[in-house]
Amino acid sequence: MGEITDWFRVKLSRRGMLGAGILAAGGSAVAATGAAQQPAPAERSSGSGHDGLGSAGHGSSHGAMMTVGEVDEERNGFDTMKMLTDWETGTVSRLPGGRVLRTFEIDAVDKEIEIAPGVMFPAWTYNGRVPGPALRATEGERLKIVFRNFGSHPHSIHCHNIHSARMDGIPGAGVIAPGEEFVYEFDAVPFGCHLYHCHALPLKRHIHKGLYGLFVIDPDPALHPEHADVARSRLLGTPENAEWQELAMVMNAFDTNFDDENEVYAVNTVAHTYMKRPIPIRRDKPVRVYLVNAVEFDPINSLHLHANFFDYYDHGTTLTPTLRTVDTVMQCQAQRGILEFSFKDHEPGLYMFHAHQSEFAELGWMSFFDVQEAVA
Amino acid sequence: MNEAHPVTEAGSTPAEEAPRSRAPLVWLVLPLAVLALAVAWLVAADPLRSFDNGAPPVENLTFERTVLSSGGIDVLVRAGGSEPMTIAQVLVDDAYWEFSQDPSGPLARGETAWIHLPYPWVQGEAHAVKIITSTGATFEHEIPVAVPTPVPTTGSLVNQALLGAFVGIVPVAIGLMFYPALRGIGRGGMNFLLAMTVGLLVFLMIDAGGEAFELADEAAAIFQGQAMVVLAAAASFLLLMAIGRRDGTPAGLALATFIALGIGLHNLGEGLAIGAAFASGAAGLGTFLVLGFTLHNITEGIGIAAPMLKGRPALWIFPALTLLAGGPAVLGLWIGSLAHAPQWSALALAIGAGAILQVVIEVAAYLMKSDGRGVAALSSWPVLSGAAFGVAFMYATAMLVKI
Repeated sequence: MGEITDWFRVKLSRRGMLGAGILAAGGSAVAATGAAQQPAPAERSSGSGHDGLGSAGHGSSHGAMMTVGEVDEERNGFDTMKMLTDWETGTVSRLPGGRVLRTFEIDAVDKEIEIAPGVMFPAWTYNGRVPGPALRATEGERLKIVFRNFGSHPHSIHCHNIHSARMDGIPGAGVIAPGEEFVYEFDAVPFGCHLYHCHALPLKRHIHKGLYGLFVIDPDPALHPEHADVARSRLLGTPENAEWQELAMVMNAFDTNFDDENEVYAVNTVAHTYMKRPIPIRRDKPVRVYLVNAVEFDPINSLHLHANFFDYYDHGTTLTPTLRTVDTVMQCQAQRGILEFSFKDHEPGLYMFHAHQSEFAELGWMSFFDVQEAVA
Repeated sequence: MNEAHPVTEAGSTPAEEAPRSRAPLVWLVLPLAVLALAVAWLVAADPLRSFDNGAPPVENLTFERTVLSSGGIDVLVRAGGSEPMTIAQVLVDDAYWEFSQDPSGPLARGETAWIHLPYPWVQGEAHAVKIITSTGATFEHEIPVAVPTPVPTTGSLVNQALLGAFVGIVPVAIGLMFYPALRGIGRGGMNFLLAMTVGLLVFLMIDAGGEAFELADEAAAIFQGQAMVVLAAAASFLLLMAIGRRDGTPAGLALATFIALGIGLHNLGEGLAIGAAFASGAAGLGTFLVLGFTLHNITEGIGIAAPMLKGRPALWIFPALTLLAGGPAVLGLWIGSLAHAPQWSALALAIGAGAILQVVIEVAAYLMKSDGRGVAALSSWPVLSGAAFGVAFMYATAMLVKI
């Protein structure tokens, strides 16, 4: 019996050493990461520095915590890189009184989309993309949204702005059956960073299937003389606005097995998309992020920016920050806001941003800004 | 037959024997031709299209083996989908992790693949591996306690042999060592011992059967675990009955050999289960647990000795029977810890259960014959108390080893 006791003791200690070996190996990997993450400035400033950041390269330098493979953006019909700056401004005409009438056309379409490499999700979409088109209008305009339902279920567009009960996009007031059309009409007020989503029932299903999008109303500088310069910088199309790098980001998630828990988290749908292709940022230009949380099932979501701080405008409905100098902001579902920050005093390199719910980060909501001297 | 006549008469040479030899051939070809037609029509015309309700294909994935090493986590998965399925992503502890699949590509029904995850697992803690297929379905596998999977080195094989010896060989040898002491016992004592053997065997049979069903549930659906267990047990029972009864009811040494074989098959399954539990970290085997197994199995040796008490077997018979009954535990441990899959353990246990049923019947028959009173002997006091003691002893000592 003595031998067998000894054997267990020996066996255990051998295992302990194995474990220690693994720890040591992990440690050296971390050390190697540190070395790998400080690229030579010359290499960075070439402007195409992020081309080599394939999943394999990232795997080794980030403990291999990464989805494997590439998403077929062409089959999806939307490119997450282009989505960041792809604003839908609709068609503009003049009403008899000279007021601007802006018309958007949105179709609800059932579509299978790839939300992580190889993982298909039977989505309900606005205009074939998730999130839906990022609508952009100017304060005070008259807005018309022509909505056609080509989907398999009743849908609507419920805008988070000021409008009449008839235009609310709820059952009985704008929820339409498949094959029907509805025109929502209201004024573009208040200015801010808003969202729209489907308000057909059951609500959870209609939202997490993909029916949501950004809805930004730029402030009219003439209406805000005390902050006219700020308002001008927010107004798309002005020279002041061109000085900014504006990005549209919708935090979303997908429940692929329909157990009311999300398997994939992301910004703009595709898990890890901005890890594999970091977002190029010009060092000398300020950054403005229009951020909305559309995640279903989880009470909150967040954005944490590495190595930097930002000013935050909750709902974007003010021209002075509601939070100053923070590096993390929390949003409940449908909460949104504007983040403003700059990398002008930073050295070029990869700056991470992600949900500071580690769970969401590890399930795909993790991204990089690739700060460069010049962006091609 | 009559209807077939015109067909065969149409043949070229209506010889006397020809109609008889050709008619069965026609009746063999005709059903096969109908089957071929049915398949062709199903494939070509797709008449069951209306059953396609747009639902995604049924997917199933079973985790058969888990290997933890300094290189990370490796899992062997077997697909059981209605159509070939594709593993899209793999999560470890709810984090997407880089992985490689070997062989790569979609997995057809019944196919297996290794998933390699370079994951820094933590000694002694729990981990969960989750696989997401292309349709978004998820399959989760829990690693309850992460310990390095034994690798087949000379040292580990020797260690496992040692463990197997304590679980299987030592107790049988100890039990057989009672042989000289038992030789002088009278009819009542003999009946008690044989009945005790039946009792302990019944316990082992229930134990093996239950465990086989349990393991069968873990196996991939394609193996039809429940049916497999029942069929394997029945097959081994019938086969051993047929072999045993070739020269009349087995008695003496022959019966002892059958008992040893039945116990050996049970120990093989037991060894597989212990080896697998050990490899997966589910059981931290302590000295107490090993002692429990030893004690639990001592009666097995006495049971093997009982039918030989009237004869005078050669000395080499004893080590041979010990190896036959206890040796498979070593074999089982080796296989179980190195190449475990639940369906194989279930199969081994089912075969063991069938073999034990055969021995139970033969020992009871031997008891009735040697007693001389036939069925009446079964209700005698020594037999009833012996059977009760056998079952009770096994049950009580099993308390030491069940976790």
